[in-house]
Amino acid sequence: MAKMKALVCRECGKEYPTKAIHVCEMCFGPLEVKYNYEEIKKSISRKKIQDGPESIWRYADLLPVEGPTFLGPHAGMTPLVRAKNLGAHLGLDELYIKNDTVNHPTLSFKDRVVAVAITRARELGFETIACASTGNLANSVAAHAAAAGMRAYVFIPGDLEAAKVLGNLIYKPNVVEVEGNYDDVNRLCSEIAGEHHWAFVNINIRPYYAEGSKTLAFETVEQLGWRTPDQVVIPMASGSLLTKIWKGLHEMKALGLVDDVRTRINGAQAEGCSPISTAFQAGRDFFKPVKPKTIAKSLAIGNPADGYYALKATAESKGAMDMVSDDEVVEGIKLLAQTEGIFAETAGGVTIGVLQKLVKQGTIKKSDVTVAYITGNGLKTQEAVIDAVGKPHRIQPSLVSFEKTFKMGKNGGGDA
Amino acid sequence: MIKVRIPTPLRPLTKGLGEVDAQAHTIVEMIDTLNTAHPGIKDRLCDDTGELRRFVNIYVNEEDIRFLKGKETSLKDGDEVSIVPAIAGGSSCRI
Repeated sequence: MAKMKALVCRECGKEYPTKAIHVCEMCFGPLEVKYNYEEIKKSISRKKIQDGPESIWRYADLLPVEGPTFLGPHAGMTPLVRAKNLGAHLGLDELYIKNDTVNHPTLSFKDRVVAVAITRARELGFETIACASTGNLANSVAAHAAAAGMRAYVFIPGDLEAAKVLGNLIYKPNVVEVEGNYDDVNRLCSEIAGEHHWAFVNINIRPYYAEGSKTLAFETVEQLGWRTPDQVVIPMASGSLLTKIWKGLHEMKALGLVDDVRTRINGAQAEGCSPISTAFQAGRDFFKPVKPKTIAKSLAIGNPADGYYALKATAESKGAMDMVSDDEVVEGIKLLAQTEGIFAETAGGVTIGVLQKLVKQGTIKKSDVTVAYITGNGLKTQEAVIDAVGKPHRIQPSLVSFEKTFKMGKNGGGDA
Repeated sequence: MIKVRIPTPLRPLTKGLGEVDAQAHTIVEMIDTLNTAHPGIKDRLCDDTGELRRFVNIYVNEEDIRFLKGKETSLKDGDEVSIVPAIAGGSSCRI
């Protein structure tokens, strides 16, 4: 029996076939994949996973594709870095960085979700793939489409970082720059998706696409030696990543891969776009959309579609949410780079900034096994830090010039 | 006259039309007018208490009505209204 039973409406429970649809016709609720867990449980095991490929596809039993052909074969299985220096700096005994800055092929966690989305899109017979994106998703869709030989349309806001724009153009998709912010792009794409028979990965393919984020939970648990962390800190844009990490942890428990889940889920946003964190701190279960204004452009979604579920998951897990200023984002990026040698994009600065805040507040305790999700690469958002990192020491090509600059003594050098 | 763009899930109610006209001064009135012409549409957009459902977004000339006056937002001749489902993925822990 197939592992996917149906798509089911999260709100009213109505079931639909596993096609390219994302909204319940009756109540507009989101659709999600209903799995045949009894069947999956019979075959899945820690050993089977460990013997699988070094990619997200080792968890194919829990991903919404039929297989056996997987596009994006190298996504995932990024390092879980034991962050001893940053841990010591913050006062944490056991801190890990899940380092998706080195995901394949486009250096962000979006390579996971796109690998799943494009595989499913191909299975459903689509020839054109598209997305609405704050940047990283577009890069990943463009790269995967090039490799799969599919036509691609990527829609981006008009104010993206240069590297994220170039990171689309190089793969030669149709890059559509919309005059407006991400929420404008998203609305427009929802309307375009109604008119064209394309696989919009984060619209009509979203029930499948979003499931790819679960692999961040699966990998974390496996890489921790089949332990669930006590605390996780996750950046929030639409809120989807957070809800799927929560779901992934619970699937592992339901399938007997881990004994228990006591993980507290913590969400991180930037002050200039924090509709979800603001609602959480006010104790509300609904959010108010905002007009984003932050350097963390990859998180700049003012009308976060999964905000409601992110609030719920965080509350259920007894976690917390917080936000940091743009200055704290830059400091967070620098702190991670200078303690662990990992250069994160602005979303990573948000995560590290909020991690630091939660430790200071005592929400995350010294002995808590903590994982921070770093979802994108700093080379793509250089504008954010370019004025905050100093300049190289410019010298003449002579020993004198070097030693004068660095004031070398006999016992070795000092900093300039 | 107001132009209303209809999302795919509601098109079975509008005989497949992606765009319909309506005469209305507010969003509330527009929904009632639509419901007269295309019975059933109000139940899809609003819950039992008459409030807009959580996953329904409505835009007047590209602006989210939550930045305006919600369903009391006023409409004038020539306005374009878009009804767009939120594209949440959702996630249940009812496994």
